[in-house]
Amino acid sequence: MVFMAGPIAVSLYYSFTEFNLFQSPRWVGLQNYTDLVGDPKFWRSVVNTAYLAIIGVPLGLALALLTALALNFPVRGQPLYRAIVYLPAIVPVVTATYLWRWVFNAQYGYLNELLARVGLPQPNWLADPLWTRPSVIIITLWGIGGTAVIYLAALQQVPQQLIEAAAVDGANTWQRFWHVVWPTLTPVTLFQLIMGVIAALQIFAPTYLLTQTRSNGASGGPGDTLLTYAMYLFHNAFVFLRMGKAAAMAWILFLVIGGLTVLILLTSRRWVHYGSE
Amino acid sequence: MAVNSLVRTVSGAPRAGTVDRRRPRRFLGRRIIHHLILIAICAAFLVPFAVMITTAFKTPQDVFRVPPRLLPQRWVLGNFVEAVRSMPFLRYLGNTVLLVVLNVAGTLISCPLVAYSLAKLPFRGRNVVFATVLGTMMLPAQVTFIPLYLLWDRVGAVGTFWPLIIPAFFGSPFYIFLLRQFFTGVPDSLREAGLIDGASELRIYLQLILPQAKAALATVGIFQFVATWTDFLLPLIYLNTEDNYTLSIGLYNFFGQHGVAWGPLMAACLVFTLPAVVIFMVAQRYFVQGIAVTGMK
Repeated sequence: MVFMAGPIAVSLYYSFTEFNLFQSPRWVGLQNYTDLVGDPKFWRSVVNTAYLAIIGVPLGLALALLTALALNFPVRGQPLYRAIVYLPAIVPVVTATYLWRWVFNAQYGYLNELLARVGLPQPNWLADPLWTRPSVIIITLWGIGGTAVIYLAALQQVPQQLIEAAAVDGANTWQRFWHVVWPTLTPVTLFQLIMGVIAALQIFAPTYLLTQTRSNGASGGPGDTLLTYAMYLFHNAFVFLRMGKAAAMAWILFLVIGGLTVLILLTSRRWVHYGSE
Repeated sequence: MAVNSLVRTVSGAPRAGTVDRRRPRRFLGRRIIHHLILIAICAAFLVPFAVMITTAFKTPQDVFRVPPRLLPQRWVLGNFVEAVRSMPFLRYLGNTVLLVVLNVAGTLISCPLVAYSLAKLPFRGRNVVFATVLGTMMLPAQVTFIPLYLLWDRVGAVGTFWPLIIPAFFGSPFYIFLLRQFFTGVPDSLREAGLIDGASELRIYLQLILPQAKAALATVGIFQFVATWTDFLLPLIYLNTEDNYTLSIGLYNFFGQHGVAWGPLMAACLVFTLPAVVIFMVAQRYFVQGIAVTGMK
């Protein structure tokens, strides 16, 4: 608790100061915040992060649900299939990112070779500003196994009598899914949506590992398309040593996450059903 | 299509995953389709692994062949030798293992203690404390890491292992939450019986409660193992001398120095990934339980 609650207050204080680690903090009022509003890189990082969250999170949830529906087939070997789907989620992020960096390689990579074989265009994934962010989304989609396993556990708790009753009443497959199965999955979806948005807004390691090495300082990738919010915060704190500005960014993120969580919870009343069985 | 099969299966089988041998033959075709769909999905998840493994065993010329082939022309071990030679691999491995052991120990000492008191011990403000734990689960790490960094900087601990070890002994909200869910299900009568027999709270906790929680503790320990083993951000911030690097940072450094040496890089990645995979295979049951509990409340 000491490691959580205390620092929140301290970081609020630092966000009103100018502080470079070597001199003691100097009070500057709201200047860090007004600086950020006029900082094009800050807005770049906001746009990039919003892109990853708005496209990546719903896509991840949808694919995890489809995967879970398939994992729920009553066939032999389900535990093996489930294990395979979950496996990428435990791969170290450094490994996963470098592995995909190789797969995405425009010249020698396997993905473009595959695309060439089926006659699709082969983008220069990690060098073309248009394709860098989709690349990151693909890397994160590789790790949706955890969400799929959660959906699978939820699917296995759907009361079968309900589905059978609907079938007897003549509901077709889609109607049975939409009116019977989906409502029981909405609480899980809500929780996963909130956690997914929180994680997406903090995405750091994959974009950092795609753009930085020890020697190239603070890069944001082609056209700064991979400069995520967390990366820019990190650059401010540990590359430019502008701790005050970084603390201000952290506080803005904190407020945005809090606000979004409340917003999702408020709209959830319309689409989340809590069963009473 | 997937939806169709889901609804069929849920209504048709007693439990997903079990197969009824007496099922009529007309379901055979459907079962084959199910397997094909699952195999296609699994292939999508597995192919990147295959790329990592086969690249690790290729010769340099083979790695840069156009068009690329999945399987090596000749399987060689040279990449592993080169990876271990071109960085202090054993040193990084030792550092990582040390951090993993201490983090798992710290987590297993602190988290069940906090979780148990939140679940079973009556004290004022318990709900407030639990709400704080839940709140911090949602808190972005960035909000706390600057003040924490400044704190560690002030005590001169940046560059040492301490910032990566001490926090584990203060508990982590995620594991506390998971364990509290478990302890809530342990009957009160167990503690009461202990109290009647004159045992202290500590003794009740150590001798009566903890043995009940072996599976839950295993789950938490394994999660912490994988989390520490794979962590990148904290070592990146705090470990700034090569002697202290973990494998994560070692690989990051290696990539910076030998960018296009994909063969040795993939070999090192493979060695780095293997322990996590092995732990996962052995303890899969605990993973699945843990994920289901935390994901569904």
